[in-house]
Amino acid sequence: MKICVLVKEVPDAAVEKRINPSTGRLDRSGEKNLNPFDTHAIEAAMQLKEGGAVEVDEVVAVTMGPESAVRALHKAVSLGADRSAHLTDEGLAGSDVNGTGYALAKLLESESPDLVLLGQQSDDGECYTIGAVVADHLQMPSLTQVIKIDVDDGKLRCERQAEYGYDTVLVELPAVISVGDAINEPRYPSLKAIMGAKKKPLETKAAGDVGIEADRVGYDNARARCADFKAPPDKAAGEIIEDEDTNETVEKIVAWLDERKLLA
Amino acid sequence: MSGILVYALHYEGAINKNSLGAVSEGARLASELGTECHAIVVGETAGLTDELCSSLGAYGATKVFRAEGPEGLAQPVVDAMAKVITDNDLGYALFGGGLLGFEIGAGLTARLDAGVCMEVVSVRVEDGKLVSERPILGDSQISDVHYDAGVGVIIGRLNAFEASENGSGAATVEDVVVDYAPHSLKATMVQRGEQRGADVNIEDAQFLVAGGRGLGKAEGFEALEQLAGALGGAVAATRAVVDAGWYSYSAQIGQTGKTVAPKLYLAAGISGAIQHKVGMQSSENIVAINKDANAPIFEFSDLGIVGDLNKIVPKLTEAVKAKKGS
Repeated sequence: MKICVLVKEVPDAAVEKRINPSTGRLDRSGEKNLNPFDTHAIEAAMQLKEGGAVEVDEVVAVTMGPESAVRALHKAVSLGADRSAHLTDEGLAGSDVNGTGYALAKLLESESPDLVLLGQQSDDGECYTIGAVVADHLQMPSLTQVIKIDVDDGKLRCERQAEYGYDTVLVELPAVISVGDAINEPRYPSLKAIMGAKKKPLETKAAGDVGIEADRVGYDNARARCADFKAPPDKAAGEIIEDEDTNETVEKIVAWLDERKLLA
Repeated sequence: MSGILVYALHYEGAINKNSLGAVSEGARLASELGTECHAIVVGETAGLTDELCSSLGAYGATKVFRAEGPEGLAQPVVDAMAKVITDNDLGYALFGGGLLGFEIGAGLTARLDAGVCMEVVSVRVEDGKLVSERPILGDSQISDVHYDAGVGVIIGRLNAFEASENGSGAATVEDVVVDYAPHSLKATMVQRGEQRGADVNIEDAQFLVAGGRGLGKAEGFEALEQLAGALGGAVAATRAVVDAGWYSYSAQIGQTGKTVAPKLYLAAGISGAIQHKVGMQSSENIVAINKDANAPIFEFSDLGIVGDLNKIVPKLTEAVKAKKGS
């Protein structure tokens, strides 16, 4: 079985994210890192590989993005992926969810995976949807926010929380599964793995190499377009107490609650 | 041409509250556009009575499409909605907040080469078209999203659309036969809606003490239960700790949990992710205790305490008891 894990490079959590006012697109400059939600998908792949219930021949980290996204692939490889594939092309820049999902599906098609894993969301775009877009293009069954995967007679027995409680769903392979962050605790890469990551095979592909039609991707072909950014309605900033002396802090909290007649 | 199709999720004989909100919102927008709002339900025929389907008319749907199919899974609904939108030349697909709406809307986007916007908090009509508004970058800004496609997909944020019975009565019900795609039938429900943990009632509580991952371990909830007891309220939890098995699912706040608006919401060790915020932001007074001064919860709390909850909560419990006893 071959597992592809979709990963993404996102601005580091410590970097304040902003919109570039001249392009209306997210300013992705500054320190970047592997999307933290993706580390759970890589860990899920590694646990399937190491679990022994199914033979996993290969775990491939896959991304789409500018040249710098290579670092996210290196990180993914240091966490256990055997090799990586990087789709990068000027023509893909500024693609919306529709275009990005289509392009990733074309890249995945060229890999013919038995299972595609991804994180529940990206730390920057907060879209939660790319897995289901990719799955429809690949015509594979799909489930998002999965918090438990068991191999059951060649199928995946998946658990997740939905609107009315926990659902258990049996999914045939090949499939696209997005995992929630409760699924596992991702391991830390060893120093050796970090050092060795750059030596693992990394294939770079352009849009044309995987048969992406140019008029379906990129900023100019976006089907949904962001514009007119504004600040949300102001909420008066709350009072902040730094706890130095806990007895004093507690006194302040009680006074605050009492003032609002919450301790009557 | 610009007609709107709303997905109405149902479970055990009732339509989901967020879906009802989406139908009301769809009806409002359709009347501004000079078109109609239709709804679609997918499920086992026995559970989809004429009465349940036509009741969506009260919320403003003029017609309800009913398709027989598997329940609780997104991909069959993608097939059904794609067929109805194509056959009737509709312009928009609209979803209330919730997990399935995200999955169906995303699948539909691929299938119909549509434009999509998720986490939508408000929709308006501009030049005869719908424009979605969504918060971005951790809710620090709001962006307008314009659709440049044959079909626009609008996926609402939880509780963004309010249900109102402004419709003109019963909707007509039309049965549609859907030829499901092979991949749509390759995921099958084994068990749906399993409740994990004890059944607790948090929706009626006026005082809620909620715990998140910052508690460190399941036992951390014991201190919260004592504080809730002192305040005369109940304990709630975030999705992360419920998924980890630390607390009951029935006490969960947010995206796939409950929505509450108590007099006091005291969040202990909760970072304040958007999925949590949407379930409690209407609380009258929000107090947060977190050791990370940069936690997003401090941006929407009325009183924020930066400190160690293990030190603060037990002392606060004693102080509340003393105050109430005095």
